[in-house]
Amino acid sequence: MIEAHDLTKDYGAKRAVDALSFVVEPGVVTGFLGPNGSGKSTTMRLILGLDAPTAGTVTVNGKLYRDHQAPLHEVGALLEARSVHTGRSAYNHLLALAQTHGIPKRRVHELIDLVGLHDVARKRAGTFSLGMGQRLGIAAALLGDPQTVMLDEPVNGLDPEGIHWVRNLLRGLAAEGRTVFVSSHLMSEMALTADHLIVVGRGRLIADTSVDEFVRRASGNVVHVRSPQADELRDLLVAPDVTVTVVEPGLLEVSGLSAPQIGETAARHGVVLHELMPQQVSLEEAFMDLTRDDVEFKAGAAPVATTEAAA
Amino acid sequence: MSAPANLERLPRTPGAGRVTQARVAVSEWTKLWSVRSTRWSLLTAFLFTVGLAALACAVVSHHYPQMDPREKARFNPLEVNLAGVQLAQLALGVLGVLIITAEYSTGMIRASFTAVPKRLPVLWAKAGVFGVVTFALMLPAVLIAFFVGEAILAGHHIDVAFTAPHVARVLVGAALYLTVAGLFGLGLGAIVRNTAGGIASFAAIMFVLPPLMNVLPSSWNQAASPYLPLQAGEAILSTAPGGHLSPWVGLALFAGYAAVALAAAAALLVRRDT
Repeated sequence: MIEAHDLTKDYGAKRAVDALSFVVEPGVVTGFLGPNGSGKSTTMRLILGLDAPTAGTVTVNGKLYRDHQAPLHEVGALLEARSVHTGRSAYNHLLALAQTHGIPKRRVHELIDLVGLHDVARKRAGTFSLGMGQRLGIAAALLGDPQTVMLDEPVNGLDPEGIHWVRNLLRGLAAEGRTVFVSSHLMSEMALTADHLIVVGRGRLIADTSVDEFVRRASGNVVHVRSPQADELRDLLVAPDVTVTVVEPGLLEVSGLSAPQIGETAARHGVVLHELMPQQVSLEEAFMDLTRDDVEFKAGAAPVATTEAAA
Repeated sequence: MSAPANLERLPRTPGAGRVTQARVAVSEWTKLWSVRSTRWSLLTAFLFTVGLAALACAVVSHHYPQMDPREKARFNPLEVNLAGVQLAQLALGVLGVLIITAEYSTGMIRASFTAVPKRLPVLWAKAGVFGVVTFALMLPAVLIAFFVGEAILAGHHIDVAFTAPHVARVLVGAALYLTVAGLFGLGLGAIVRNTAGGIASFAAIMFVLPPLMNVLPSSWNQAASPYLPLQAGEAILSTAPGGHLSPWVGLALFAGYAAVALAAAAALLVRRDT
């Protein structure tokens, strides 16, 4: 369990994390989502005590990270920036970390096999590809059999097989009752892995919600209705918190009512419907819509995506 | 690849698996020997100490018959014998800097401080392991250099016996001096956190500052210079009595400089972001 309260971090005049409060629960995969530069990596460094917060606190399993007697048993972390001496072999890197906690060599060998680095374990980490480096980082994160696993952009540089492996790994760890906190700037990746989402933009909390709820809320409850009696139907549906727009003759876009509600109203008044379609937006679109105002580095004139999805 | 569910669970008994200073020292031992820079720097320091001693003694020995009486009177066999120490201290100081700055340049420091978030045990373990390794290696190096060098000088009967006054103190002192030089480098490296900056500050304080003192009025220079790290430390290598600082006081002062550097590094280490 990770609990952040009003977590704030300034670097000089720049506020990287701004009064962030959230709880990461055990037993599910929690996605930590935000555009590049939104403060995800900084938040993870604050959780590990690598950087000190300007204000606020963050605890892991009830304590500040540095107050744990055996921190690698509490949290296993993969940071986005490489954290390996390039001149040291993968085996010695893991061994040196294991030795700080008295973790046996056997465990180091097991993890090397688990992440598939057996053939290169004695090679210097500086010769590793991005994907191999990620596997080594994941091995380091799991070394202490941690209650909480925190991975910053774990699928970066992995091939499709590796991405699939990481997804299953994260799901398996959560199924064992562990807290799994995984960041990404790719919504589509989160859609496949995460159950819960914490979305940040420019260091501020934008959403803290389940993946399903996130899409539902972002799609704004829009329903497309096609009817030969469109004008009649529009008059029936209009209400203070319901908007009806005519997309084209015979096609209405209704927001504020669910598809069943519209269907029942139509049936009560004998209005014929040809189509009744709730408009699902993809997670990617929902994410972009939500963070549109919070993207740090925006492409100049590129049109911003809208929630309007192709039917 | 096996499924994560196959991961063996570690025993979770309270107390087991805690981070202790001894465990961090074992970890630092592994770190020290698993990078090439350690082996190269220590090998260099060892070879300089022994090799230059043999070379210097051979050159002097060859030249001795042609020396004028004044030169012969000033001749100090032990000084010639320890010629390699000057270069060895550079190799060890650089290694001391690298032990910590390479962790910053590669990002390893984040892994180190994630495993040991209290941080200070990492610095103490580095200092302890590196100090012990350096002394354990340089003491035999100095002794080998002495016996090889003196054997060469013995050809002209200008050698000095191990049992002669001051000799044992100078030899043990030389190994201690080199150890302190390495630890001074470690402290400076931990303060500046950058390899180039660490090596530059080590070289500047040790080797550039002393000649720079000549710009001061000579009375100031003479009053201050013996207290600089290099001169203070070298008091332990002196066989002539009546130096400004006695041998052990000089070495203690040099060790004090290293201790201050490490203490400053420790104070910064727990405060700074990584």
